Amino acid sequence: MAYIKIDKEKCKGCLLCVVNCPKGLIVQDEEISIRGVEMVSFQDKDNECSGCAFCALMCPDVCIEVYR
Amino acid sequence: MEKTFSRPKSMRNVVMHYCAGCGHGIVHRLICEVIDEFKIREKTIAIAPVGCAVLAYDYWDFDTTESAHGRAPAVATGIKRILPDRIIFTYQGDGDLAAIGTAEIIHTANRGENITVIFVNNAVYGMTGGQMAPTTILGQKTETTPWGREPKSDGYPLKISEMLSLLPGVVYIERTAVNNAKNVLLTKRAIKKAFLNQIENKGFSLVEVLSSCPTYWHMSPVEAMKWIDTEMTKYYPLGVIKNNC
Repeated sequence: MAYIKIDKEKCKGCLLCVVNCPKGLIVQDEEISIRGVEMVSFQDKDNECSGCAFCALMCPDVCIEVYR
Repeated sequence: MEKTFSRPKSMRNVVMHYCAGCGHGIVHRLICEVIDEFKIREKTIAIAPVGCAVLAYDYWDFDTTESAHGRAPAVATGIKRILPDRIIFTYQGDGDLAAIGTAEIIHTANRGENITVIFVNNAVYGMTGGQMAPTTILGQKTETTPWGREPKSDGYPLKISEMLSLLPGVVYIERTAVNNAKNVLLTKRAIKKAFLNQIENKGFSLVEVLSSCPTYWHMSPVEAMKWIDTEMTKYYPLGVIKNNC
């Protein structure tokens, strides 16, 4: 079981993590952040995350921490 | 449960000024990771460029100096000659390295200075507002080539890495990209190799990183990363261009 933490204050909503997650566990929120963008959130109800860190590798703003 | 990925120690915990989806943030992080892994943070001196990455010193937590536009390799030469035990690298964009700084990079490479150059190529001028750069590919629309770059009036894109590979002073040149997770890992490997060459006193190394500029390519960040793969790598093929070490 693995999970990620997203720093929502730094997220600019580029969605590179969303398209790079092999299991589609990151989705765009409707909530608007302090920077005026729709942020992303991690939704893993079935504990599918393997901690591959593809999302974190692609995040240009280093918003993602991976725990495994 | 263990933390397996987080912000490198050499990278300050601040919000960067880059646009959403800009590749600079990824390259900044990779450099910091390599510096942390080699444990050379206390003896690294970076030279920041003029361009979008002009504020890089706000994001890196090691010694950084600023240079005049395009003159980063000349500043790096000076620092390396005075302090040969330090690790010196320049971080330059394509406007900085391939346009105004062409003379400096060619002569620094030709002298075989023992420095590392990280060349971020996004095929457009970012900071000044999206004008054509020497590396803009044929047909690419920019503010100054609104119908696409034409070889007749605008010339051909400059393949600076291939040009520099002809010089005997150069030991290592590789072109990579940051458009997907695999290429990000390959970019990190190339940056690591370029720093290792300097640590082992082998000579001049350059890593050209194809990066995205969603704002001035007028695309979404996801489309921009795809465009690197479908269009940019056709003209700028990825891989090791010179390895003499």
